[in-house]
Amino acid sequence: MSSNVPSSSSGAAGSADSSAPRRNSKRPKYSRFTQQELPACKPILTPRWVISAFMLVGIIFIPIGVAALFASREVVEIVDRYETECIPEEFRNDKVNYIQKPGNKPCNRTLTVPKKMKQPIYVYYQLDNFYQNHRRYVKSRSDEQLRNNDSASDTSDCKPEDYANGAPIVPCGLIAWSLFNDTYNFSRNNEQLSLNKKGISWKSDREHKFGKDVYPKNFQNGTLIGGAHLNESIPLSEQEDLIVWMRTAALPTFRKLYGKIEVDLQINDTIQVSLENNYNTYSFNGKKKLVLSTTSWLGGKNDFLGIAYLTVGGICIFLAMAFTVVYLVKPR
Amino acid sequence: MGIDFELLHKMKGVIECPIPDRDIRRFDANLRLFPPFIDNDLCPLTIKNTILQSCYLRNTEWVCGVAVYTGNETKLGMSRGIPEPKLTAVDAMIDKLTGAIFVFQIVVVIVLGIAGNVWKDTEAVKQWYVLYPKEGPWYELLVIPLRFELLCSIMIPISIKVSLDLVKSLYAKFIDWDNQMIDQETSTRSHATNTAISEDLGQVEYILTDKTGTLTENRMIFRRCCIGGIFYGNESGDALKDVELLNAVSSGSSDVIRFVTVMAICNTVIPVKSKTGAISYKAQSQDEDALVQAAACLHMVFVNKNANTLEINFNASIIQYEVLDTLEFTSDRKRMSVVVKDCQNGKIFLLSKGADEAIIPYACAGQQTRTFTEAVDQYSQLGLRTLCLAWRELKEDEYQDWSLMFKEANSTLVDREWRLAEVCQRLEHDLEILGVTAIEDRLQDGVPETIETLRKAGINFWMLTGDKQNTAIQIALSCNFISPEPKGQLLLINGKTEDEVGRSLDRVLLTMRITTSEPKDVAFVIDGWALEIALKHYRKVFTELAILSRTALCCRVTPSQKAQLVEILKSCDYRTLAIGDGGNDVRMIQQADIGVGISGREGLQAARAADYSIGKFRFLKRLILVHGRYSYNRTAFLSQYSFYKSLLICFIQIFFSFISGVSGTSLFNSVSLMAYNVFYTSIPVLVSVLDKDLSEKTVMQHPQILFYCQAGRLLNPSTFAGWFGRSLFHAIVVFVISIHAYAYEKSEMEEVSMVALSGCIWLQAFVVTIETNSFTVLQHLAIWGNLAAFYIINWILSAVPASGLYTIMFRLCTQPSYWITMFLIVVTGMGPVLAIKYFRYTYRPSKINTLQQAERLGGPILSLGNIEPQPRSIEKDVSPLSITLPKNRNPVYEPLLSDSPNSTRKSFGSSTTFDFFPSQSRLSSSYSRNCKDN
Repeated sequence: MSSNVPSSSSGAAGSADSSAPRRNSKRPKYSRFTQQELPACKPILTPRWVISAFMLVGIIFIPIGVAALFASREVVEIVDRYETECIPEEFRNDKVNYIQKPGNKPCNRTLTVPKKMKQPIYVYYQLDNFYQNHRRYVKSRSDEQLRNNDSASDTSDCKPEDYANGAPIVPCGLIAWSLFNDTYNFSRNNEQLSLNKKGISWKSDREHKFGKDVYPKNFQNGTLIGGAHLNESIPLSEQEDLIVWMRTAALPTFRKLYGKIEVDLQINDTIQVSLENNYNTYSFNGKKKLVLSTTSWLGGKNDFLGIAYLTVGGICIFLAMAFTVVYLVKPR
Repeated sequence: MGIDFELLHKMKGVIECPIPDRDIRRFDANLRLFPPFIDNDLCPLTIKNTILQSCYLRNTEWVCGVAVYTGNETKLGMSRGIPEPKLTAVDAMIDKLTGAIFVFQIVVVIVLGIAGNVWKDTEAVKQWYVLYPKEGPWYELLVIPLRFELLCSIMIPISIKVSLDLVKSLYAKFIDWDNQMIDQETSTRSHATNTAISEDLGQVEYILTDKTGTLTENRMIFRRCCIGGIFYGNESGDALKDVELLNAVSSGSSDVIRFVTVMAICNTVIPVKSKTGAISYKAQSQDEDALVQAAACLHMVFVNKNANTLEINFNASIIQYEVLDTLEFTSDRKRMSVVVKDCQNGKIFLLSKGADEAIIPYACAGQQTRTFTEAVDQYSQLGLRTLCLAWRELKEDEYQDWSLMFKEANSTLVDREWRLAEVCQRLEHDLEILGVTAIEDRLQDGVPETIETLRKAGINFWMLTGDKQNTAIQIALSCNFISPEPKGQLLLINGKTEDEVGRSLDRVLLTMRITTSEPKDVAFVIDGWALEIALKHYRKVFTELAILSRTALCCRVTPSQKAQLVEILKSCDYRTLAIGDGGNDVRMIQQADIGVGISGREGLQAARAADYSIGKFRFLKRLILVHGRYSYNRTAFLSQYSFYKSLLICFIQIFFSFISGVSGTSLFNSVSLMAYNVFYTSIPVLVSVLDKDLSEKTVMQHPQILFYCQAGRLLNPSTFAGWFGRSLFHAIVVFVISIHAYAYEKSEMEEVSMVALSGCIWLQAFVVTIETNSFTVLQHLAIWGNLAAFYIINWILSAVPASGLYTIMFRLCTQPSYWITMFLIVVTGMGPVLAIKYFRYTYRPSKINTLQQAERLGGPILSLGNIEPQPRSIEKDVSPLSITLPKNRNPVYEPLLSDSPNSTRKSFGSSTTFDFFPSQSRLSSSYSRNCKDN
């Protein structure tokens, strides 16, 4: 450590040390650390320093803000809110009852592409007012059970969806139980658009969090049916909709990846979506949206960063200028 | 008594002794041995016959004894008070703030708990996926509040205690290590025994100091004498080099010979011959040592003491004396005498020495004592300690009669001290006064400068001494304690009766009130007797006086009075520091907020009992201005920062609960939370122990800056409110930016949590940076190293598949949006902080800032003369000391007061005729401060 450099510069302590008789053996060796004399740089807030700092930050921020805003505006996004429209007129007064009825609830939506969309186009479903971050909900899962076939009965955190008919549920817990089950099919000009549903989840989840030999068992067999059913012959590591759903969202408004369309969409293309409206967001007035979006280096369409950067950068430059003016008028 | 060794164990007897008490100076008991050993005689036992617990034997191989008191009933055991653990003002403030935060926490928990239950009952029942049971048990209501209690428990930083203990022990180490506080003469280092109260050093408001050995060296040197009306040593200042005296000794002038004989014999000194033949003296009193040494220089060498015979070598001839009786020194009698018998001619002499007022009134009828009184006056005005020497030849039968009485008095059990004094009185009269000795007790190096500097720093000094008033005043003058007229003014409180003291107090108080508005040094002087009355009957008045006066001299005070004075100042809520060197200061040292012991010549008793021990008084300056001040500043930052960072993360949790259905979900995982508190945020702040806002030199040059510490300007509810606001603001910044930048498809729990956490870490690194005044290598290492460590630790965690964090940090770090978000958080969070700090620094600079600018830009240091008045007038009751006026202290110490009390009264009386300056606001503020404790 540099603190052990013997003093040569500081006269007082150094000379005191040398002139003192070496009788006291307890005396620690002189060091700049023990004498609190480590060389230190002592910056102070000079006007020049502060003003240039604000100026510099402003100058850096505005281009970044412009770039971020540009990236966000580049992204083409189609958002279609469908939860009300997909309920037949006659059931609009009692949506919950309608959605809880057994049977198919098909619905057709038509989307128009406003701008050319380059592939890959990500298909998300967006839920509003859905609290995946609720304390009861977010903890209600068993990572051990998902990963390992031998831990099927490890359902202690999963209450109240841990056991059904005396056997453990795999995958257990509220999160899996409430799996989103609307389905979408896309066609352009009456021609099926293929939707790639492989690789929509995190690779690390598929490989390490969800077991290749863990198969759904006893799922949605209880008295209350939550969301989607799972194909019991497909291992969890390939149930990508489940894997995506199990990455709980931190906010009550969130999008989850449904699939990827791997062809370009041209401007004014009309896309027919035939969807199955199964998921109950009606009891809590939640919204359901279908989102088709391209992506940029910053992610999806989100103006926040761009606007924030421009605002903060602007304020910084304003402050720099204000300080300069104040300094010139009244140096202190 | 000459009992054979074999007979020792056959001895039987009874010891009559008082019940155990704590007075280590008294032990009035009797020993009665049974026949056949000694006839049934009462044999008195006094404290001289006892060995106190944990004493060392010196000059002897062994002793035989009987255990009289044991265990906790020993004198030491009885007087061993249980020292209260000392709590510093800073600690008290931190406790207060902790209490406030606790209340805030409870309020938050209750509000959120109610909100959570309401949300649950109205909203959560509709959220079918949460599957709330329809009917829960009654305690279900408590679950959500308890969840929030758990979330908010981090609001009170537990780490603050650990961090504070760590840094406090380092402050203490810095004191121990300080090379500039080593006493070069004895190679003693300064030492901090109590490691917990360094901050208090920076907040000292009153210093109560002992005189002898603390301000002075306690190395007595015989300087002057007056023998039979002739002054020696007046020209050269050293009587031992005065040719006239040397001539007088060698020519055998009888007055001088007798004088020197008394100097050599009348004492309790034991000469010790070393192997080389050199004689050294073991003396309990430094004065006696000085006298014997001086006598030796005047060829009257005290060679040997064997049982009761003394040997004196005078001009190479041996003279033997037999010591018949020793009339001990007591503080009441103020003199001691010995009765000796000249072995050559069998004549019996009484040799006395003592304070002038204890000797001169007993002079024999015909003797002129005026010259001696004058000599005493002259010497004491020079700040010398005077002793009068006297003698009388005793008739054989007179002595025999008296000796019987003395023996009887010696063996009384009740009131022995008083009886003895009375008996001694019967012998000590008609003395022939030989002369006056003057002993100098030199001021320690740097005492005046130290006192001046510390007084500039706004510290008030009280001198508590056992010495006489005149000597105390002279010493006080010579060490800048009080200023001479006309700048200073001394007010005397005296009186023998309750009424007199009361009147005197009222007069002084009136003068004080008038003069507080003037830039004048007003000090009051009180002696032990008046103090006793004042403390007993006029406590309130005296307390007010204590508040008003910056300086006080208390003379002739006992150890317990010293402690009482400390108590009075403490009860007015002042931070007191007591400094002393001897056993009589121990109680005061223990009583004060900070006790400083000088490991000096009076032994280590004070140093052992003290919180800090230093070698010399002048180190006090460094101890307070450097160590105390830095400690306070550092602790002030560290403690508030600890609250800041805990509040920051807690606010984020609270905000998150609003978007998670007020259910009490924790945004951060438990590992991160723990690491945040004990690791990420504790390490950088620990290096603030190296922070220096101003260099030591600047502080020493501008001691007024200590005011910021004294008044607690750096740690109080309003500064804390600033930190509270900052943490709220930063929490909003981190939270809002995180949830907006990571919205929609990016809104993944673990990712958002890590974004918010890294936002906090970045912010705290910059907060520490902006609050640090001086960066050493270690600071850079800790601040930026910690930031790096945060990433490294989280990368490691992200590489473990079993952890919840798996791959999260790698994913984030490869996203440009993550770094852009961090940048945004830092700038948004720190921009306003920097702007406000800059604005304050430039346009509303504190004196600290002004000094920093001056120090670093090398510009002229602006006058800080006006540092005190504006804040002082509100919070302090002390008049500002005009610092800018040059001190015109006379090199020769002009007497401020002549010895006679009349002239003192005169100066006092003249001061009362001053116009009355109403200073009501000051007084009322002082009263309010005073009264809250009464």
